[in-house]
Amino acid sequence: MPTLSMTVNGKPVSGEAEGRTLLVQFLRETLRLTGTHVGCDTSQCGACLVHIDGKAVKSCTTLALACAGASITTIEGLARDGKLHPMQEAFRENHGLQCGFCTPGMIMSAIDMVNRKGTDLDEQTIRHELEGNICRCTGYHNIVKSIAAGAAAMGKEGLRQAAE
Amino acid sequence: MSATGIGARVVRKEDHRFITGKGRYVDDINRPGQSHAYFVRSPHAHATIKSVDASEALKKPGVLAVFTGADIAADKIGGLICGWMIHSKDGSPMKAGAHPALAQGKARYVGDHVAVVIAETLAQARDGAEAVVVDYEELPPLPDMTLATAKGAAAIHAEAPDNIVYNWHLGDKAATDAAFAKAKHVTKLDIVNNRLVPNAMEPRAAIGEYDDGDGVFTLYTTSQNPHVARLVLSAFIGIAPENKLRVIAPDVGGGFGSKIFIYAEETICVWAAKKVGRPVKWTADRTEEFLAVAHGRDHLTHAELALDGDNRILGMRVSTKANLGAYLSTFASSVPTYLYAPLLSGQYNIPSIYCEVDGVYTTTAPVDAYRGAGRPEATYVVERLIEVAARERRMDPTAFREMNFVRQFPHQTPVIMMYDAGNYPLALKTAMDMHDVKTFAQRRSESERRGKLRGLGYSAYIEACGIAPSAAVGSLGAGVGLWESAEVRVNPIGTVEVLTGSHAHGQGHETTFAQVVADRLGIPIENVSIVHGDTDKVQMGMGTYGSRSGAVGISAIVKALDKVVAKGKKVASHVLEASEGDIEFKDGQFQVKGTDKKAGFGDIALQAYIAHKFNGQELEPGLKEGAFYDPTNFTFPAGVHICELEIDPSTGATEIKKWTAVDDFGNVINPMIVEGQVHGGIAQGVGQALAEQAVYDKSGQLLTASYMDYCMPRADDLPSFEIGMITTPAPSNPLGLKGCGEAGAIAAPPAVINAITDALGHEDIAMPATPQAVWRACQKRPSRLAAE
Amino acid sequence: MYAFDYIKATSLDQAAKLLSEKEEAKLLAGGHTLLPTMKQRLAAPGVLVDLSGVSDLRGIAREGDAVVIGAMTPHGEVATSAVVRAAIPSLAELASVIGDPAVRHRGTIGGSVANNDPAADYPAACLALGATIVTNKRSVAADDFFTGLFETALEDGEIVAKVSFPIPDKMGYAKFRNPASRYALVGVCVAQKGSTARVAVTGAGSNGVFRWKEAEAAFATFDPASLEKLTMSPAGINGDIHADAEYRAHLIGVMARRATAKALGKRL
Repeated sequence: MPTLSMTVNGKPVSGEAEGRTLLVQFLRETLRLTGTHVGCDTSQCGACLVHIDGKAVKSCTTLALACAGASITTIEGLARDGKLHPMQEAFRENHGLQCGFCTPGMIMSAIDMVNRKGTDLDEQTIRHELEGNICRCTGYHNIVKSIAAGAAAMGKEGLRQAAE
Repeated sequence: MSATGIGARVVRKEDHRFITGKGRYVDDINRPGQSHAYFVRSPHAHATIKSVDASEALKKPGVLAVFTGADIAADKIGGLICGWMIHSKDGSPMKAGAHPALAQGKARYVGDHVAVVIAETLAQARDGAEAVVVDYEELPPLPDMTLATAKGAAAIHAEAPDNIVYNWHLGDKAATDAAFAKAKHVTKLDIVNNRLVPNAMEPRAAIGEYDDGDGVFTLYTTSQNPHVARLVLSAFIGIAPENKLRVIAPDVGGGFGSKIFIYAEETICVWAAKKVGRPVKWTADRTEEFLAVAHGRDHLTHAELALDGDNRILGMRVSTKANLGAYLSTFASSVPTYLYAPLLSGQYNIPSIYCEVDGVYTTTAPVDAYRGAGRPEATYVVERLIEVAARERRMDPTAFREMNFVRQFPHQTPVIMMYDAGNYPLALKTAMDMHDVKTFAQRRSESERRGKLRGLGYSAYIEACGIAPSAAVGSLGAGVGLWESAEVRVNPIGTVEVLTGSHAHGQGHETTFAQVVADRLGIPIENVSIVHGDTDKVQMGMGTYGSRSGAVGISAIVKALDKVVAKGKKVASHVLEASEGDIEFKDGQFQVKGTDKKAGFGDIALQAYIAHKFNGQELEPGLKEGAFYDPTNFTFPAGVHICELEIDPSTGATEIKKWTAVDDFGNVINPMIVEGQVHGGIAQGVGQALAEQAVYDKSGQLLTASYMDYCMPRADDLPSFEIGMITTPAPSNPLGLKGCGEAGAIAAPPAVINAITDALGHEDIAMPATPQAVWRACQKRPSRLAAE
Repeated sequence: MYAFDYIKATSLDQAAKLLSEKEEAKLLAGGHTLLPTMKQRLAAPGVLVDLSGVSDLRGIAREGDAVVIGAMTPHGEVATSAVVRAAIPSLAELASVIGDPAVRHRGTIGGSVANNDPAADYPAACLALGATIVTNKRSVAADDFFTGLFETALEDGEIVAKVSFPIPDKMGYAKFRNPASRYALVGVCVAQKGSTARVAVTGAGSNGVFRWKEAEAAFATFDPASLEKLTMSPAGINGDIHADAEYRAHLIGVMARRATAKALGKRL
């Protein structure tokens, strides 16, 4: 079996993967990072979203070997030094999750959304951009609120970091 | 109200693990030596299984074993059960066919479990499954109720030769017929309640494990009620006695009813673990979930409402055919009967009601409780009838509702229920004010200028939660009691663990239950931990469904807390050297009445364990109390939802523009969480009304077996919701709670369809009102002016 | 998925060589159609040749009167490309409604046109704009490229390298989404250049993407009103649980008018 090396959440990792091993399987089964979930077979639910080289990608529709040398961020890699990412904090503060299963994908999607669309996101934009993430619990109401708040917090954080 | 007490919007304690990826769902768990199961499923809707040949599969790399129905029969493993006995009109018991965990002789729906392959890896198990050769002889597929009940249709189960499980009824037929005989107006409707797939985002999963050292089985399973699972697997299926079977339901990613039931897959995993001597893991992929999870709804109904000359309701007649699928799932029989017909009185004074229900076998996946379970079906019947009756009588639908509302409590309906508290006119008025109904006409004109049709629809729903008291449901055929248990363990330093038989799979019990405990004991919420989901920790419980965890689960906790306080007073009386009757407990302090002598809750807990200050023969050391709580009545959440939408007649696309919900859940522990439950329920109800439907073709193949074809509501299909609440506390439980988990899913479908039919100007549309269906309905001339 | 060998190609020549040498080899672009099909075990290539490492295949450039997009350029890059937005803004808009943001990060134009899914968006743009599909062997006009359901003029060993879109005077794309999959239930792309207008329909044809010649002929002037009297016959139109042929045929008319209005910068 080929050996695969990549950077996951800032740390170099390597492990064996078959040609058919999906990135999500490599993360969950080989690296034991089980925060990335599988909710469908057709790349629609978004529970498996991770960032590959800074962009949100469905890890259930990506081959692990295709990610050799890439830098992957999963939900486990967002908090730094015990401090939650502003988007994680916003989901908690705004009750943006219930069962929690879609949540890692939602948060990864939300951060990608901010990266592409900026920190001032209106409701319509957020709803449109969430097309690839399905939640069955929340009716999206509080997810939309969470993302708007998280985006604004990322904006403030960015300003703060820029000032430092 | 304290910042973390009852009524506070406390941010959830459990969220940290979910937002950091540290939730622990069944598929996240791996056991040493674990093997993987893959099921061979029937590709036919209805077929005789002439033989199963596993010889090639067993030669495949990594394959450890292949089991079939013959193997479970040889091990005397019992069939899956239906735990609610329904009797037909003639008094005969329902005709339930056997439901083996692996098919024996016959497959009855596409996805039915024919064999299981267990291998070192999932891919190898799947390779093995492809090599299992099954010789089928196809029988006529009967994927819908019309085909299944046609004269001469093949029997799906020999026990039910005409594929009718029961002909059940409720209510006084003669009185109802008499009411219709004197009616001045009768409204008639034919109603389809479309078949849904629950679609919790976490697919079902199980790991079975057997320790041959002490003969104990462990099952990790995606369950809403691990104790019920253990009871059924022990007492009926015969896996192992309860003391030798541990069931763990860890974090569960949504249930909506679908994870109440005891299915073939987890039964096989736990049984096979001993056979192969290895832990056996199975996780459904989404297509398996579509094929084999219990579906919901699927009713065909004819309903009639009789009015007098003043437009007061005289009676209601309802005749329903309920598709139960190919086998009776765990609570399937109760859903279209006792969870349905008793809600047909809605929020209205209806002097006579008669309902008959035929339960029908078809060659489709079993149908069982899905969010609301019977109550959405009843509410859809009632609120469509009410709306159409008002329109036919050219009355404002809100005035018609007002006129017929129940206003006096308690109110005995003609269909079992005794409503104990509510204020239906207030909910309606509050909702109309919040929604700004007065200016709807302007919004409609503005839509018309843009070529769009705007409609407004109401739904005044009622539901019954708690599903209790136990003796009452027992008398109606339930195989179990529907109480709940709690145990409050106070540690010597005053921290508290609460063990509950309720199970959270998104509801936030770790927060709301802790709020109650912190509030009642006057301790910081951080000092409270909620333990659930493990039969080795919690002795017994009935689980979470039917919006029962507040009204029943929390009531059990409150009862146990009362015992803890009573015991604490005894200890305090020794510590504070006062008589027990003089000790008061308030804000976390035990205090001698009229003095400043007091001790904190933590101090008394410590004294209870040190046991130096009292005679251990007269007063037991320790501070731990348990309680079982059996409710005295159902609870009756009710409310009004208003849906306003816009139709594009050129494409049939419907856009919800505004949604207002005003609910009465009695007292509320955490409004933030309650609102979240309402949001999610509305989304599922809107999904039913506009988008979702499980479709079988004539050959019995499921056409909607992935998200490519089963339409899940997405963020851009929904608006933000305006949520309001009114409060009439439930008199039947100590905190006055009613339950909020299903309300949205119950209320929403008729609100949407009443709005669509308002926009269309005629009633000719069924759920789901997809763009195609709405476009076609737009081709039909309005039967009345929309402005009426 | 069945087991297969994974090879990451580093050049187009290497990929072509692998493809011709290994009979059971298939190309992997973004994978967003192929991998789900393989997960369902409906496809079983023995070798997957990944094109993501072939850097020549990625990129967007204006070349004379055309916008040329490398086959491995993901939809998201087309949607946000300054070059595309300046030259054919409507093509960027079309790319921005394919799938969802994560799919657009991965899915590629080359994969889309080579797969020729009957509900894909790009084939409609290719036909309406009169694009040229450039392979490692030749150039093929879009009119000759899309030959049927999931069928193209690509021969064995032939790989899509880039797609060249002539810059139109005006273009509009209107898509009515399948409510479940979000693919095009009906998508109509309308383009005008000089005195000719081309109308391409995706999502609806039982033989895949097609040009609606009657609509093209009906443009007395390039405006939605010219199409108002036109109706599409349901014959030859797809029907499924989401939309029967009659409804789809009706939607083709509606989307054609909306696409034309969009091309003119109006809303309909």
